[in-house]
Amino acid sequence: MALYNSNRGGIIQMIIGIVITIIIGQLISLQIFSNKYKLAADNNAIFRRIIYPDRGIIYDRKKRALLENTISYDLVVIPNEARGVDTAALCGILKIDKEEYNKRMVEVIVKNTRVKVGVFEPFLSPELYAQLTENLYRFPGFSLSERSIRNYPYNTAAHVLGYVAEVDVNFLQKHDTDGYEMGDYAGMTGLEKQYENVLMGQRGVKRFLRDNKGKIQGAFEKGQFDTLAVAGKNLYTSMDVEVQQLAEKLLQNKIGSAVVLNSKTGGVIAMASSPGYNPNLLAGNQRRKTIGSLLTDTARPIYNRAIKGQYPPGSTFKPLGALIALDEGLITPSYGFNCFGSYNNCGDPRKCTHAGAGHAANLQVALANSCNSYFLQVFRMAIDNPKYGNAKNGYLKWKEYMNSFGLGRKLGIDLPSENKANIPDTAAYNKDFGNPTTWNSCYMLTLGIGQDRMTATPLQLANSMALIANDGYYYTPHFVDSIEEEDREDKIELAKFRTKQGVTNISSDIFKVIKEGMHDVTVYGTAASVKLPGHEYCAKTGTAQNPHGENHSIFVCFAPKDNPRVAVAVVVENAGYGATWAGPISTLLMEKYLNDTLTAESEKKAEDLAKVDLMPQSIKDWYVKNKTIRLSPIEEYKNDELGEVWDMEMVSDYKPKPKVIDTIKKGIDTAENKSGDRKPVTNTIKKDSAALIQKKKKKITRPKNGNNT
Amino acid sequence: MATTPNQNSFSKGTDLAVIILYFAMIAIGILCIFMVEYNPSGNWSSSLIAGKNSYSKQIYFAIFCSFIGIFILLLDSKVFTALANILYGAGILLMLATFVIGKNINGSNSWIPIAGGFNLQPAELCKIFTALVLAKFISKPETDFTKLKSQLIAVGMIALPAILSIMQHELGLALVYSAFIFAMYREGLPPLILVVALSFAILVIATLLVEPTVLAMIITAVSVLFILSMIKRFKRNKIKILVVFSIWSICFGTVKYAVPYMFNNVFECYQSTRIYSMVGKEYDCSQNVKSAATAGKKKGKKPDDYNVKQSKIAIGSGGFWGRGFLKGTQTRGKYVPEQNTDFIFTSLGEAFGFVGTFTFVCLYLFFLFRLIRIAERQRSTFSRVYAYSVVGVFFFHIAVNISMTIGLFPVVGIPLPLISYGGSSLLTFTVLVFILLRLDADRQMVIR
Repeated sequence: MALYNSNRGGIIQMIIGIVITIIIGQLISLQIFSNKYKLAADNNAIFRRIIYPDRGIIYDRKKRALLENTISYDLVVIPNEARGVDTAALCGILKIDKEEYNKRMVEVIVKNTRVKVGVFEPFLSPELYAQLTENLYRFPGFSLSERSIRNYPYNTAAHVLGYVAEVDVNFLQKHDTDGYEMGDYAGMTGLEKQYENVLMGQRGVKRFLRDNKGKIQGAFEKGQFDTLAVAGKNLYTSMDVEVQQLAEKLLQNKIGSAVVLNSKTGGVIAMASSPGYNPNLLAGNQRRKTIGSLLTDTARPIYNRAIKGQYPPGSTFKPLGALIALDEGLITPSYGFNCFGSYNNCGDPRKCTHAGAGHAANLQVALANSCNSYFLQVFRMAIDNPKYGNAKNGYLKWKEYMNSFGLGRKLGIDLPSENKANIPDTAAYNKDFGNPTTWNSCYMLTLGIGQDRMTATPLQLANSMALIANDGYYYTPHFVDSIEEEDREDKIELAKFRTKQGVTNISSDIFKVIKEGMHDVTVYGTAASVKLPGHEYCAKTGTAQNPHGENHSIFVCFAPKDNPRVAVAVVVENAGYGATWAGPISTLLMEKYLNDTLTAESEKKAEDLAKVDLMPQSIKDWYVKNKTIRLSPIEEYKNDELGEVWDMEMVSDYKPKPKVIDTIKKGIDTAENKSGDRKPVTNTIKKDSAALIQKKKKKITRPKNGNNT
Repeated sequence: MATTPNQNSFSKGTDLAVIILYFAMIAIGILCIFMVEYNPSGNWSSSLIAGKNSYSKQIYFAIFCSFIGIFILLLDSKVFTALANILYGAGILLMLATFVIGKNINGSNSWIPIAGGFNLQPAELCKIFTALVLAKFISKPETDFTKLKSQLIAVGMIALPAILSIMQHELGLALVYSAFIFAMYREGLPPLILVVALSFAILVIATLLVEPTVLAMIITAVSVLFILSMIKRFKRNKIKILVVFSIWSICFGTVKYAVPYMFNNVFECYQSTRIYSMVGKEYDCSQNVKSAATAGKKKGKKPDDYNVKQSKIAIGSGGFWGRGFLKGTQTRGKYVPEQNTDFIFTSLGEAFGFVGTFTFVCLYLFFLFRLIRIAERQRSTFSRVYAYSVVGVFFFHIAVNISMTIGLFPVVGIPLPLISYGGSSLLTFTVLVFILLRLDADRQMVIR
């Protein structure tokens, strides 16, 4: 009997063996061949708390802190633990109602889930903080969390420094590999954005063991995997707080911009854009209140005109125009042009402010007198240069020069969303004038005097001055001279600011002629009335016509004449003559930088200038109108795209003007050496241009151009 | 050696390997429970003496069980044959009694409270009694197990406590009774039954995987093709066509009606969901008749496959070498529910990785093979049948428990033998093993 069926014992063993083998197979697949379980386990049980380091400080050239960190407190909550909260008391302290409480709770849960800490009320005021600490025991699940926020002791350089704000979904998508999380703060504009990874420092991570209810059980593995937070590195900039403050003060009640460069290093000493705002308005809890009105303001206080504003350079371009012809060997400094009040070589005469014989007898004199005819002729010579066969190639070469001077391209300053302004492409002219073989230099004649479609940012203008001041080279303009404890990456980052950008082969003798000419401008030329106490300086005025209103007052200069250390460009929008408004602002800024102080006389001048109100009437009207309308703050906007949004606007603002009218209107550079009341002159200009338009409408109707007029 | 006859019979013939394995398992079990319960902030040595933790309780259970084991070894092996029927009857009565005086633990009324805060689960003990009564029945000289009638009687003996368990909502315990198929197979149950059972299981699984209608069509198509290809042979033998037809109709009925009926009307919603989640599908509870009654109630917080998910994470995160003793985060964070009892395997898998689990499974395999070897060396049918019953019960528990923790089997609440925390189960397995050891010691005798 025992032997009967005894083989079945073997079969049973086999079955058991097979089942156990299947189990072992699954164990192999679970434990050896898939690593997702390890990850899942870590996600489950390891709670990572991020330790935020202090952001780096930004200093000026004399080691004064442009911004600092201060401590602020947030009321934070873990929704899952917020049970049995005395909501009435909490709402009473925060001055919100029950509905708002529930709404915020839902927001926190949506953002950070139920088990993670979320911000309930950010940036508590000191009183609120005191009240909450006393009563915190009544609000289980709530706690106060420390955070460091920016504080600007000098209330200055808002555009340059930028601001720090909470990251949004968009930002997270763009920086998905950088380890940001919802609720983090990051630099959104300015230097804060540009040097985010330097300023941010290294976040530390503390790991805790968490149980299935989300409760922290203690440090994970006794903290051996924790990393310490490394404070952000400080930035040492070339800025000078006092010059910056002066620049902002001088531009008060005006729309415009000023850029002060250290011509020897390319370091930006001051960069102001007006109207501006107090950077403290965008720090901490102030931000929520002010951002909306700043964004809707028609004068666009957030917009940094120094790197984004595009202005026709007007006469300030003339020295550069001469440089090209000199470099190409088309003219020598002794080249002269017979101008009798207008330039007639291109059909319709273009007006010049001077009619006296010999006012353009050579380069130096022509510069001092800002002779339009002279520089139109020089421009035509460059375009029609026989070396390049046709006008199109000549133009391309000319554009190449422009780009190497830093015009029509981004200079690469260490601020985000710099605008490249505009040196028109041949494509644009092809479209207007058709076949390139029919091109000639007369078509875009007024480019020679910085009009037509040419635009430049104040930064580019200042940089072009540095180029002349240095006899043919410049350093890419930048703010940050050095980073605290620079590592290899930082050095690479800053290397581009430490290499010379050479541009021309012109000898310094020729530059000397240009500098003399620009010096003459300040002695007997268009800026004779503007003095720089204690120094000889070189300058060029510009009164740029623009399609949007009255002329822009532009002034570019550098000083001292013999060993230039500072280059300045100032633009005051719709203010008239370069020498009248932009001129004195420029010299005051140079004086402040070079002498470190202002003379009593200059001090008074500065006070007076600061009081002058040059706001266009339309903007004033807007303010009057909107005083009664209470602005509702814009809630949904994207930090990250703020800069781009403004850029788009500016471009669209610029484009729609039909081309031909522009060219015609810009036919003249205005009488610059006539100082005094600007109103009547402007009227004559308007009359002039109006007359010109009337005349040209019939005549200048070139092929394919008919639609435009 | 001056020994009394009693002592002599106590030590003589007792299989040492099984005893060593038995204590090794219990030690591993206590270690695993310790890992689960360990709290770094508490003083574990003082709580061990206080007996408040599961692992300290388990130690007391183990000591108690050792005494029971020794006591069983001291008994005469004829006691078991003599008492088999009575014990079985008493067991059934106790199970029936739970319907009256049962205590609800974890949603099942299968517990009877006894003194000292301990509870007894008669269904657990009934496994032993069923093993004994089955052995007794088959070993009776008048039983011819090749006959269908005696096979049916045997199945009835097994089915009775199983049905009672189902009525107590202890599906896991009920399933264990299917483990007796090993013993019956060994004694002459036609192998066809195993084949049919296996095919049926495959069919049911296929029903879950494939849409029932599609599967029914496939089955029909296969049958038609089969008949067409064999048409000549079938012409000669019409009965064969009938056989094929009846197989087809059973398959069709199973696929189309029986399985959906089981899931929608017999199983609870959570059971259906668990089974469906095994094949990676979601079960729609609105189809379930039983859940329809409780539809208004709010749903549970955690999804039904939460257990298995966490259990797989725990075992998977162990990797090859494991995370180390007391270093498993899943265990420390108490992510795996029921980790003391049904999911004890996870703490082992997490802490000691594949090395640990492989060694452990091999230990069990060795243990089972040792039991089979013991079974085969019995002279008496009673001992052999009993031994195979023990093998079956152990194997079923091990296979199902480990499979469910690694996601190969739906979650049914059955413990891992000798490892899981719990006095009832430890006692049951101890008694099962020691009765076998006692019978084995008298393997030269013919016991009836």
